[in-house]
Amino acid sequence: MSEEILFIPREVTTEENFAPGHRACIGCGEALAVRLVCKALGKNVIIVTATGCIEIISSLLPQTSWRVPWIHTLFENVAAVVSGIESAYKARIRKGKIPSKGVKFVGFAGDGGTSDIGIQALSGAMERGHDFLYVCFDNEAYMNTGIQRSSATPYGAWTTTAPVGEKRPLGQMTWKKNMPEIAVAHRIPYVATACPSYPFDLMDKVRRGLDMAGPAYIHVFSPCPTGWRCRPDISVELGRLAVETGIFPLYEVVNGEYHLSIDLPELRPVREYFKHQGRFRHLSDDVIEEIQARVEADYKRLREKAGLE
Amino acid sequence: MGRIVGLEGSFAVAEAVRMVNADVIAAYPITPQTHIVERLAEMVANGELDAEFICVESEHSAMSACVGASAAGARVFTCSAGQGLELMHEVLYIPSSMRLPVVAVAANRALSAPLSVWCDHSDAMSLRDIGWIQMFAENNQQAFDLTVCAYRMAEEVLFPAMVHIDGFYLSHVIEDMELPAEEDVRDFIPDYEHPFVLDPDKPVSMGCYAPPFIYPETKKAQEVDFEATKQKILKTWEEFGRIFGRYYSPVELYRMEDARIALLVMGSLSETAMLAVDEMRDAGEAVGLIRLRLWRPFPFAELRAAVKDIELLVVLDRAISFGMGGPVCSEVRSALYNLVERPPVIGFIGGLGGRDISVAEFRYMIKRARERVNAGEEREDKPELIGIRE
Repeated sequence: MSEEILFIPREVTTEENFAPGHRACIGCGEALAVRLVCKALGKNVIIVTATGCIEIISSLLPQTSWRVPWIHTLFENVAAVVSGIESAYKARIRKGKIPSKGVKFVGFAGDGGTSDIGIQALSGAMERGHDFLYVCFDNEAYMNTGIQRSSATPYGAWTTTAPVGEKRPLGQMTWKKNMPEIAVAHRIPYVATACPSYPFDLMDKVRRGLDMAGPAYIHVFSPCPTGWRCRPDISVELGRLAVETGIFPLYEVVNGEYHLSIDLPELRPVREYFKHQGRFRHLSDDVIEEIQARVEADYKRLREKAGLE
Repeated sequence: MGRIVGLEGSFAVAEAVRMVNADVIAAYPITPQTHIVERLAEMVANGELDAEFICVESEHSAMSACVGASAAGARVFTCSAGQGLELMHEVLYIPSSMRLPVVAVAANRALSAPLSVWCDHSDAMSLRDIGWIQMFAENNQQAFDLTVCAYRMAEEVLFPAMVHIDGFYLSHVIEDMELPAEEDVRDFIPDYEHPFVLDPDKPVSMGCYAPPFIYPETKKAQEVDFEATKQKILKTWEEFGRIFGRYYSPVELYRMEDARIALLVMGSLSETAMLAVDEMRDAGEAVGLIRLRLWRPFPFAELRAAVKDIELLVVLDRAISFGMGGPVCSEVRSALYNLVERPPVIGFIGGLGGRDISVAEFRYMIKRARERVNAGEEREDKPELIGIRE
């Protein structure tokens, strides 16, 4: 089923359920990703969003960018709020209070709201098996509050709370938490990684995750020119470079089976990805080599899981 | 017709939730609230209650799930205690601001450290400003009645409502009570439709972001509407009384006719206080009891009317505001401050972490308060902690 292509250019709706006019920075990869995800979701959804960039750029009272029902309450509780909404629909349909309309339930959060402060609520909701799709828009730091490091910030990246100093010249000193693998460990039916630089792949995955009964998790790599200290016109290119270097491989795990969405016979050097971004400007050759080795090892492990090694 | 049964306070609450036909329950276990969730889980498993029971992984998620479910139009319930309410704290402000009629029961418990699972009102006092209708029950009958009433109030005014029951004293004690006929409760709590629910046929955005140019207006609207809940609360209790024969009011008086001295308490302690008042009355002392049933919105007018003819008001707090005194005493004082004639208010703190308070201690409080006033010490705000082993 993973091979099946659901979206092709002329069949993608021109309808924008995430309306233009929002307040995202220029070149925002996350806003692009949200727009594409919303196209794939369609109208029959309820979206819950965590506090963060997407919430503040889209919902400044008295305006809203959301043309589908949308709710934001707090930072760390998206998956719990979705659990409540899904349960409400289930109970009210069963009790004959509302008709069954096949409404889908979706949670949106950033990397901090997912892999740091929201991980408990997400783990609980995945374990309980609610029928929902959770999309993590990963821009690799707390961008909304001003580029502070999260557990999804990559090794060696500069952030305002992992600054580059004489005593600590590295920036982020820990390796990125592998959130998709944590989702896989919950043995949910669908986990995928995606990137708006591959829009049809992203939309296909959203649709597949949505149609799957039970929890689905999609981790969307979302370039952030403001926080990554790069030109705003290269967000899409950076997404492609992250995939082509093996830093962010695209894959699906359907009922525990791994499938690489794009298998690269040869990875491009990570240096090509780093050179466009101010957040990696300070990295020494040694550190870049260290990262290169780690990326290659991780990619090999992933290919093994997909039965390709 | 109702029937007389012996029920634990926790089971009384569970019966109320069953009879109002809640759709979604989300809860996390914590002593002394556990019997409520256990009984509800059993009811759902047995088919006595058709609801989704979400066994969430924390109290924070319990309230979050209730918020989500309520925003989707469901009738919801959760309950917690002590540390659980503290973990839930952040989320508690949400349903009030977003006008969602979530109903919760708190089985009041002390706060760590040191760890104590036993009753006091420290947890309740940290919830004063969350914007919920809040009521205190003094026995299991009230635990049931007020939980039923909470649904009616919350759904009419679109604000959340919380019933406080003393942990163990009510949650784990079996008492005689009248369980009304289910159909009477269903008539009293009809199905409701929230005017704005999360529904793809009618998209709404909830929980938007408000910069300074609009935030204060949202808070003014909330406060104006919250103040206005008072009338609906009174109407709910009046109607409840007409149907079920038990009448409640924001400030309930016991033997206050011609009283010169009044005790003021909240929660289950008032039953012991009543015994103390009876004894003192028998001894010829003009002592009465004031019970704060409604805690939020605060019943200013009723309290002022209750104390207008007395010479001394003695307030017992079951919590400490460190460096300040008793929180209830502070609020009572501030409610009376602008009256031209007002009684001196002497505060005591007791019953912390499940320490019992005896009839003798209530008599002691009255005696000490009188001595302090006679010695001209009434302006010394320091409350005395009673029952402490020195």
